[in-house]
Amino acid sequence: MEQIIVNGLFLGASYALIALGLTLIFSLMNVLNFAHGQMYVIGGFITYTVVAQFHLPFVVGLICSAVALAALGAFVERFLFAPVIRRSKREESTMLLAAGIAFFLDAVTLLVFGEKQRGIPKLVPGVFNWDFRIVMPYDRILIGVLAVALIVAFILFMRQSRTGRAMRALAQDRMAAELMGVDVARYSMIGFALGAMLAGLVGGLLVSIVGVNLGMGGPTSIKAFLMIMIGGAGVISGAIAGGFLLGMLESVGLSLLAAYGDITYLVIFASLMIFLAFRPQGLMGKPWG
Amino acid sequence: MNRRIMLATTALAVAAAFSLSATLARAEETLKIGFVGVTSGPAAAWGTSNVRSMQTLAAMLNEKGGVEIGGTPYKIEIVTFDDQKDPKRAIAGMEQMAQQGIHYVVGPNVDDGAAAVRPVAEANDIIYIPYAFPKELYTKPAENAILGMVASYQSGPAIYKYLKDNKGVSKVAFVAANESDPLSQRDSGVAAAKALGLEVTSADVTYQVDTTDFTPVLLPVLKTQPDLLVLSGVAPAAAPQLIRSARDLGYTGLISTETAQDAKVIEEGAGEAANGFISVGGASTPEIASDYMKDFVAKYTEMFGEYNDESNTKVYALEYILETLKADPQGLTDIGAFKTAIDSFAAPNPYMKGDAKLSYVGTTSFGQKRQLSVPLVVNEYKDGAFQTLFVATVD
Repeated sequence: MEQIIVNGLFLGASYALIALGLTLIFSLMNVLNFAHGQMYVIGGFITYTVVAQFHLPFVVGLICSAVALAALGAFVERFLFAPVIRRSKREESTMLLAAGIAFFLDAVTLLVFGEKQRGIPKLVPGVFNWDFRIVMPYDRILIGVLAVALIVAFILFMRQSRTGRAMRALAQDRMAAELMGVDVARYSMIGFALGAMLAGLVGGLLVSIVGVNLGMGGPTSIKAFLMIMIGGAGVISGAIAGGFLLGMLESVGLSLLAAYGDITYLVIFASLMIFLAFRPQGLMGKPWG
Repeated sequence: MNRRIMLATTALAVAAAFSLSATLARAEETLKIGFVGVTSGPAAAWGTSNVRSMQTLAAMLNEKGGVEIGGTPYKIEIVTFDDQKDPKRAIAGMEQMAQQGIHYVVGPNVDDGAAAVRPVAEANDIIYIPYAFPKELYTKPAENAILGMVASYQSGPAIYKYLKDNKGVSKVAFVAANESDPLSQRDSGVAAAKALGLEVTSADVTYQVDTTDFTPVLLPVLKTQPDLLVLSGVAPAAAPQLIRSARDLGYTGLISTETAQDAKVIEEGAGEAANGFISVGGASTPEIASDYMKDFVAKYTEMFGEYNDESNTKVYALEYILETLKADPQGLTDIGAFKTAIDSFAAPNPYMKGDAKLSYVGTTSFGQKRQLSVPLVVNEYKDGAFQTLFVATVD
């Protein structure tokens, strides 16, 4: 059981980080960013390129991923989402745009980074083994700790910084924030860039553990949506709770349900349908939006 | 006099121009060969290595003026369609090939896609070369599909027997992705292992195709303490992660698969943990690759930046199509002639050293020759490269 909990915590920490970026973008702009998974993949490929091709330190790879994805996010918001939101009142316009961006990024990723699975050497050799009750490679522990540190840093940034407070105000009531003098366009762009940056960062972090390949984008987006549906869309604490809950459910399911075949996600999806029937706003979301 | 010279020069120039244009016209004949398979998503490496192998070989041949079939030189054009591993799209792809009048198609890469395109191929006189293992595709009354590689039910028994005899393997565990190809390969592997008298300690554990963390997946499998862990039908994207997770969990036994893998991908994803990993390859290990194979690898690398070891097997499909058409040029318009040529076809294998031959096999498995004779090369990964463990033949 100890192993299941540790596996769940590791998965949860990385999942939560993915979900945070998605929920931030949703809360600020009411945009379901279907390209979030593709941004995660690009972040992974950038870190891979910096570390494995250019032989630079992992930290440099992470910084490059963060900067590149923040720039990509800002560009996408400023030149694609913002004009569409300005011109169209229909929510499906942004959804279609996000889906289009996802396909586009998939194609660009194939052209630039190729079709192969990529990975980088283990950051820390060795495996922590507590009498075979808990077996956990040291690099996983390191990445798990880094993921938790990033989550904490993100929360502090949103609570303590002027930019964070402005974005929270924007998320709570866009019009009121605008009337109070918040530069909506500027903070929307910063928020989108921050969300994309988080996706890139976690992609870079996990390339050392699970590697990266072209096909990871779609499934990553689906899992991220699952997390924010569980926790409550647009709520930061909800994304964190959703991430850890999904990680734990996955770990428990894969261990305890293995004898019954690959039914873990079947059970998770069925449970989610029942859960949402009773609590459509998720664990921490508000019923009014 | 000057006028005469000028006239003669002009006449020569015109004649030369006509002659050149006639030569160009002869080389302008184009033979289209299709590809329908997966070039996107987690299994993109399978189809991409197919397409790039075909494009590389076509480029090599076209640079030499094309391929002469029945006295006519043809430029080779590769027409590709990404089915995204979706049977519905595979059908659409095969229909597109039929609309373009293409009679020879490489792919699809997976079982359900290969089964789905069968009616379209048969209705439109298309010979296709899938990388999928269902026997009904290759046994009568089916006639249009030709298996492009060695099937898991052919390579599995050979690998397990080798490991039983040479490495003392007695207990085997299987793990597979939860989709048709890996599951069918797992089932045939389990049957082969039991037939050899091996104890199957675990065969029920499966994982989602998009799984990224295999630690919880492998925990219950490795608790059964197998000597050999078989990664049935494992995708190139998942193999290094599974190997690494198994080693991280303290597993020290052997790991094998019956699918082709890429050494670079294994090296990057699993590093030293993959030493000893056994997989099936083609013909480019240094021990058996010919100079022509080395030229192919160099051209592939020049065109696409990086070679993919899966192409060691994928290089053969286009070669077989063209050589069989050379054997009976009527096959260009009549696939009946191609099918007839299959039975007696034989040509030198340009990719292997020695006197290896290209021929069609499959009589033992399918009751008719509906399989490319590709060498069954069982490789062992060691420090970033594959080494040949043993070479066998099918049929």
